[in-house]
Amino acid sequence: MGYEAVIGLEVHVQLSTKSKVFCSCSTEFGAPPNTHVCPVCLGMPGSLPVLNKKAVEYAVKAALALNCRVNLKSVFARKNYFYPDLPKGYQISQYDMPLAEDGYIEIETEKGSKRIRIKRVHMEEDAGKNIHGEGDDPFSYVDLNRAGVPLIEIVSEPDISSPEEARLYLQKLRTIMRYIGVSNADMEKGELRCDANVSIRPKGSDKLGTKTELKNMNSFRHVQRALEYEIERQISVVEEGGQVEQETRLWNPHLGITETMRKKEEEHDYRYFPEPDLVPLVLTEQFVENMRSELPELPDEKKKRFMDQYGLSAYDSEVLCSSRELADYYEKAVSAYNNPKAIANWVMVELLGRLNKESKDVTQSPIKPEQVAKLVELIDKGTISGKIGKQVFDIMYKEGGDPEAIVKEKGLVQITDAGEIEKFVDEVIAECPEEVQKYLKGKTKVIGYLVGQVMKKTKGKANPQLVNKLLREKLEGMKG
Amino acid sequence: MQLNRLSLVEAKRLVDKGETSPEEIAEAVLKRIEEVDGKIKAYITVNWSMVEDAKSVKNGKLSGIPIAVKDNICTKGVKTTCASKILYNFVPPYDATVVEKMKAEGYVLAGKTNLDEFAMGSSTENSAFFTTRNPWDLERVPGGSSGGSAAAVAADMCIASLGSDTGGSIRQPAAFCGVVGLKPTYGRVSRYGLVAFASSLDQIGPITKTVEDAAYLLEIISGRDPMDSTSAPVDVEDFKQRLSEDVKGLRVALPKEYFAEGIQGEVKEEVLSTVKLLEKEGVAVDEVSLPHTEYAVATYYIVAPAEASSNLARYDGVKYGYRAEDFNGLIDMYFKTRSEGFGDEVKRRIMLGTYSLASGYYDAYYLRAKKVRTLIKRDFERVFENFDVIITPTSPTTAFRIGEKSSDPLTMYLSDIFTISVNLAGVPAISIPCGLDSNGLPIGLQIIAKPFDEATLLKVAYRIQELVDFRGRYSPKV
Repeated sequence: MGYEAVIGLEVHVQLSTKSKVFCSCSTEFGAPPNTHVCPVCLGMPGSLPVLNKKAVEYAVKAALALNCRVNLKSVFARKNYFYPDLPKGYQISQYDMPLAEDGYIEIETEKGSKRIRIKRVHMEEDAGKNIHGEGDDPFSYVDLNRAGVPLIEIVSEPDISSPEEARLYLQKLRTIMRYIGVSNADMEKGELRCDANVSIRPKGSDKLGTKTELKNMNSFRHVQRALEYEIERQISVVEEGGQVEQETRLWNPHLGITETMRKKEEEHDYRYFPEPDLVPLVLTEQFVENMRSELPELPDEKKKRFMDQYGLSAYDSEVLCSSRELADYYEKAVSAYNNPKAIANWVMVELLGRLNKESKDVTQSPIKPEQVAKLVELIDKGTISGKIGKQVFDIMYKEGGDPEAIVKEKGLVQITDAGEIEKFVDEVIAECPEEVQKYLKGKTKVIGYLVGQVMKKTKGKANPQLVNKLLREKLEGMKG
Repeated sequence: MQLNRLSLVEAKRLVDKGETSPEEIAEAVLKRIEEVDGKIKAYITVNWSMVEDAKSVKNGKLSGIPIAVKDNICTKGVKTTCASKILYNFVPPYDATVVEKMKAEGYVLAGKTNLDEFAMGSSTENSAFFTTRNPWDLERVPGGSSGGSAAAVAADMCIASLGSDTGGSIRQPAAFCGVVGLKPTYGRVSRYGLVAFASSLDQIGPITKTVEDAAYLLEIISGRDPMDSTSAPVDVEDFKQRLSEDVKGLRVALPKEYFAEGIQGEVKEEVLSTVKLLEKEGVAVDEVSLPHTEYAVATYYIVAPAEASSNLARYDGVKYGYRAEDFNGLIDMYFKTRSEGFGDEVKRRIMLGTYSLASGYYDAYYLRAKKVRTLIKRDFERVFENFDVIITPTSPTTAFRIGEKSSDPLTMYLSDIFTISVNLAGVPAISIPCGLDSNGLPIGLQIIAKPFDEATLLKVAYRIQELVDFRGRYSPKV
């Protein structure tokens, strides 16, 4: 029997405001421990939270970019639990009246576009960090610099069916957050954190199985691997006649397995109740519309436009729109020379291929978009062949320079003079009697080899179509 | 003239006229503390340098006037314990907004006064350190939780004081000690720096010798505070200016639920005869009903402990205050610190609150209590459609004996039966002394007004003060 996975993700995104969500302390990353703190974020007696307006603006923008309905009234709530990195003994969050609900984003899977619904987006504060002494140091330390940094939690519906889709969903979230400038959403830096709810069921069933919650997945790769492991584990539990237990499990990246963290009966009761120190967050229609009007063109809109305007495939558009900078790069190139498809190919295959290998992004590209455009233009005009184009691109990437200058300097201009090519054709026919015989006996496919020989002699500069044509004419003539 | 006996307004006038100096007043207050606080024990911390402080104060509405502050209100650099072992050594690096405001007007801190631990109680017997005595009878409680602040004012160990009121903690001790205690409208005074007990109910207010003083001090500590999101953007009035306005034509409501059985006979009689005096002044009096009164105590003991259970979670031994010495791991540290650091009543309320917020019980307790709270608020709104103020006794009895109720929390809770609804509704109320019972103990009369109508509240209180002249006629034995 086949199984399918049902996955829902809870994602925390750190908002990149300058100050914390309930006090004016700096959110700067990497400062010495407990230097960005005050009575409020230290949870000192008598201190009170005051909501940061910028955090609300960012959260509303994020909610709108995720196609959510923003609630004009939302309520902060206290989530109560004890932990040393939580100075008040509760986290200020939102519970039954979140900031926004009912959104979705689209991901591009191998089987096509898929919509993942978003259940809710709410605001909350981050906790600090516990640091455990190493070696002989028996102490644990608490750094509260991060306590009170604004977060949004984005909860998806269980619409995700594979680890691959989960990764695509997270990458899409990151793309959107970066587009709208509310977070850098870097998983490695903890700016985007993800917990997953996973269950399995027989393919085609509409009943949900018992879910487990997965924590401690600190990169896209870990999310995918942890989910893959957990799905396999649940399937084998069921196939061996057992039952999946509802529990929270931790991903162990060293062993590549998930392990029980706490069972259902050990789950916290967070005793949520409305935060009495804050009044409900009431937004006006106008405020929400202002936020909406400040949004840039979003990835999905851009993607659709790329498909319409440039005739690109959904996949290519998705890749080119995966960051605002990349999309801008592409459009700059296209505006310099109008061959969108060819430019898309050069950017995606040659440029991104090289950049990815060096873990760089497009802002670090040594090649300017206008130069890519020029290269494509040279190929289209027949000045150089596509193959030579790759050589030129390589030089551009490694050494810099304009494609025209490189082509000139290195003598890479395509030979299109039939007379000149004919010399090489004659030479090859003379040097390869066996292949020529084969051709004459009807094995015409061998012409490919002969073309290759001519190209080799011309160092790739001969126009391949012309070579092909001349060879064929000569050989046919020999059939006499 | 004993300068420590001056009211705030009197002291300010004499200082302004140059007839006395802040140092002389501070000296008199300090001397009085040395004389009687050994018996009364109103102070947890006395500001021994108050005379020096008085020499170098800013000019302002409180120049050089020694004011006592309840020990759950943060004072920068001065220990703020909440009368709890768990904060026995806590020195805040910041002032509460009310303290900042008084500093800006040149006040002198007289000291930090005793209270029931974290303001949870009605007698100061729940202080982790000692019980404060009632200046009228040292065998009796001063009330609570602001018992230290009320006793200090009654015994002239300060010129005025600040208390906090969550369910009656300013008004009931003011009544027991024969002084004036005002709980402002929720949101009138910033809570920043008031160590939270129940955030949706807590409010700081003045405890003073006269109604003028309450008006004067309220004006200084009031106002919207950007540090407190629940403080209201309402203009601060010159309350004192309006005190002498005529009360003629005002409509006074007497809720029948507040004069029912269980109330000490003399308390009821004295309050009603005071109302009669008002009637003669041309005030219209009528009986009304606040039908949900009987649910107030139950509602309060769901809402307040629920909030408290969360507010007190921060006292975990990690960052400041008390930490148990021997423990084995984090959970054990939490257990021992909180078991040893909190007193019984505080633990009782943390448990009550934790229970009523627990999943599966939330709807039945907390949510229902919130709904009843709305009904109680509506009761008041309905009465205020036709009346300007409501008058009731402040507490069903006068001061009780130390130990009399401390073993029975439920009886103790009923001491606040007339004050609790006011906090649940968020309206302002004042307690003023209106007479003595046969034991020579003060009887408190409570006036309740519409939200942000402290002006009317104070006006009526002022007229009663003039009619009764309690301060002119009586003073405690100490």
